[in-house]
Amino acid sequence: MTKVTMKINGKEVSGEVEGRTLLATFLREDLHMTGTHIGCDTSQCGACVVHVNGKAVKSCTMFAAEAEGADVATIEGQANADGSLNVIQQAFQDHHGLQCGFCTPGMVMSAAALLKENPKPTESEVRAYLEGNICRCTGYHNIVKAIMAASGQDVSAIAAE
Amino acid sequence: MPKDSGIGASTKRREDVRFLTGNGKYTDDINIYGQTYVHFVRADVAHATINSIDTSTAESMPGVLKVFTGADFEAVGGLPCGWQVTDRHGEPMQEPKHPIIAHGKIRHVGEIVAAVVAESLTQARDAGEAIEMDLSELPAVIDMKNAVAGGTKVHDELSGNLCYDWGFVEENKGAVDEAIKNAAHVTTLELVNNRLVANPMEPRVAVGEYDQSDDMHTLHTTSQNPHVIRLLMGAFVLGIPEHKLRVVAPDVGGGFGTKIFHYAEEAFCTFAAKAVKRPVKWTSTRSEAFMSDAHGRDHVTKIELALDADNNFTAVRTETYANMGAYLSTFAPSVPTWLHGTLMAGNYKTPAIYVNVKAVFTNTVPVDAYRGAGRPEATFQLERVIDQAARELGVDPIALRRQNFVTEFPYATPVAVEYDTGDYEATMAKLEEIADVGGFAARRAESEKNGKLRGLGVNCYIEACGIAPSNLVGQLGARAGLYDAATVRVNATGSISVMVGAHSHGQGHETSFPQVISEMIGIPEDQIDIVHGDTSKIPFGMGTYGSRSLAVCGSAMVRAAEKVINKAKKIAAHLLEASDADIELKDGTFSVAGTDKSVAWGEVTLAAYVPHNYPLEDIEPGLEETAFYDPANFTYPAGAYACEVELDPETGKVTIESFSAADDFGNVINPMIVSGQVHGGIAQGVGQALLENCSYDEDGQLISASYMDYAMPRADDLPFYSVDHSCQTPCTHNPLGVKGCGEAGAIGSPPSVVNAVLDAINSGGKKVAHIDMPLTPHRVWSAMNNA
Repeated sequence: MTKVTMKINGKEVSGEVEGRTLLATFLREDLHMTGTHIGCDTSQCGACVVHVNGKAVKSCTMFAAEAEGADVATIEGQANADGSLNVIQQAFQDHHGLQCGFCTPGMVMSAAALLKENPKPTESEVRAYLEGNICRCTGYHNIVKAIMAASGQDVSAIAAE
Repeated sequence: MPKDSGIGASTKRREDVRFLTGNGKYTDDINIYGQTYVHFVRADVAHATINSIDTSTAESMPGVLKVFTGADFEAVGGLPCGWQVTDRHGEPMQEPKHPIIAHGKIRHVGEIVAAVVAESLTQARDAGEAIEMDLSELPAVIDMKNAVAGGTKVHDELSGNLCYDWGFVEENKGAVDEAIKNAAHVTTLELVNNRLVANPMEPRVAVGEYDQSDDMHTLHTTSQNPHVIRLLMGAFVLGIPEHKLRVVAPDVGGGFGTKIFHYAEEAFCTFAAKAVKRPVKWTSTRSEAFMSDAHGRDHVTKIELALDADNNFTAVRTETYANMGAYLSTFAPSVPTWLHGTLMAGNYKTPAIYVNVKAVFTNTVPVDAYRGAGRPEATFQLERVIDQAARELGVDPIALRRQNFVTEFPYATPVAVEYDTGDYEATMAKLEEIADVGGFAARRAESEKNGKLRGLGVNCYIEACGIAPSNLVGQLGARAGLYDAATVRVNATGSISVMVGAHSHGQGHETSFPQVISEMIGIPEDQIDIVHGDTSKIPFGMGTYGSRSLAVCGSAMVRAAEKVINKAKKIAAHLLEASDADIELKDGTFSVAGTDKSVAWGEVTLAAYVPHNYPLEDIEPGLEETAFYDPANFTYPAGAYACEVELDPETGKVTIESFSAADDFGNVINPMIVSGQVHGGIAQGVGQALLENCSYDEDGQLISASYMDYAMPRADDLPFYSVDHSCQTPCTHNPLGVKGCGEAGAIGSPPSVVNAVLDAINSGGKKVAHIDMPLTPHRVWSAMNNA
């Protein structure tokens, strides 16, 4: 067992982990932060995306021990300080960008990373960026629309509800 | 002006807040004090005799509580099948035992052979690797036509690999054969409806718990229908009385049919929790999901469409081989029969139809309902053969469909169902508008200028939803009733909890169901909560599948709310010293007709629970009513879809340029949610048409068992869709006039994609009649270059 210490959503946490413990497992099983989801075992689905030192990372692709000393942000830390939804979360609700909600934490974290890199992405840039996040419910229409709306773009011309 | 609440409003979903902040409570988020973990050792060969299993090393490894094999389940029932199909000759289908853990024989890759329960998941996995098996491998039966030809049997105790040979409607056969013989033109297609995996993003999870103090079993599971699981597992597998078994399905991360069924892992965790006297948890990996979740589709079909000299459809004849896999999953036999044959009329007035289905056992994962279930297979065959007929006859495919539409309702089809209402011309006209069919020629010319081919594909669909009248499905072989139930519990201060049998796993019931109650009573939606997913809290309901939640459970909720309102009016009449018949309820206020006397909803509900001034001699205190609703007929959503593709003739790569859907769902409660359901269905249908394929090699190895190998649709595979549900012919037999919208997208989209690609290919001068899905660049390029 190895001791790891990291900052999660601004708060320092530590724990004892096996070398093989994934960051996603550490978050869910050791810290009971179950907002980060695990939808596959080949790093394809993106339900487990978190930010490590400001970059979007699939938390099933790194060991908890590798996050020693890192600054980690998860879905649990995304809402505004008063508990209200942040701009991206609010856009997902406004535009029906989620159904079952299982891929949603990863989608929101990927969207946040995208908008940090590219504050006004085009439709095709959003779609290309989400290549590593699978959603089975929405057909992506409202996710792409929500992310474009969160970036301040007018999406009223995009079809349907 | 769009409404901002009640029926017809696009109310934002209340459940979103917990999902967006990481506060959803899915089954894998549940951890119970003292919990242990199970790792299942699964077969890595498709067919073998189990000579022996040595678990001794595993049992002595750190943290291991117990290792289970098939022998531990000898006294326990098999997984039951909920539907018995009777074959063409009046004989019942062949129904093999479906064990929890393989005993004596392995019949598909992924079948559970042993289970290790340990203190931690890693300890369970480590010990699983130390289990030694002595197997004698047998030849695998994979191809369906070979399977029925004879040779190796999947189940030694059965007469062969044919589960049933079903004819529908048997009495039509002679007339159909005659019509085809006398037809002016017959178009024939042989096609495959590719095997798919539903792939909800949340893998299945089960947590079993046993409380010795009151002999109570609890199962938390990823289910679309917790009461169905309680009934099947309690009564048929483990012999646990229903009052000693609680099944909870909390937030569930998508289902698409695959979480309807009762699975071995659920029964195992419930059984093992009592055996080891500790809670037992199983969380599926995605790899396990691919080889243990029931698969979908997998039909091989020959369809013939006969037309007279005026291009009127005169007959349809089909012969289908339907893969059951190695065992019968919960509703598997009903999918290629009653959910498929009954839809072969489509939107058309074809007078003579005969459907033959041979269901076949193979050494593959069991196949059962996946979004649409039987109806996509029916739609695909019919809408492909109509398109091919139009091409052979040189007529416009939209005009050919129009000419043959059913136009008068109710319409009794030759395949035993009666469409209550519809307007197929209206949805087709709406489709032509939103897809800008008139502008296609110019868009094609533009593509051709760039060296690309462009195609437009159109199809119609009809489905039977709101399953189903219990007395009818009972005659057809269902071993359950298919009503649903709701309890409307009004609290003293006027807020309402509605306990429903339907389960929400993405459909937004927590938002849309209160819209209905709000509309009926006139109190704000946020005063109404929906409770679902826990057999200890809700009335006995049959759950969510087949686009039935609103049509069946929603109807039960309306009936229960009507009872509540009737009782509340009596209380109001007493308070207002008026006659019941004169009381009106509007905007949350009861008033006496023609007077200014009124009393608020909350005053009446308080009186019901504090009955100081109350007609106790006439009515009981309290305000809570339950209703069970058993539908009088299926509902028949229908519509018309169009897909426009661009095809690179150099590579065979297809891109979806636009996708349009005009649906008739009857009345709509929340248009935003309905559009979202259609979007998701379209993506799954496009996935089937272009990307997804569950594939076995000839030895029965599953070669598409991860997201590296099974191509899920991603954001950059799809465009924005144009969807419309303004054509509304309300259902005539349920109180809300609703039809159901959950499956339409997946049913209606695959044929238009394939029709579009073939339109593109043929526009380039190549004569290609059909390509089997998925239309990968390799398949498209090969078809073009071999034409």
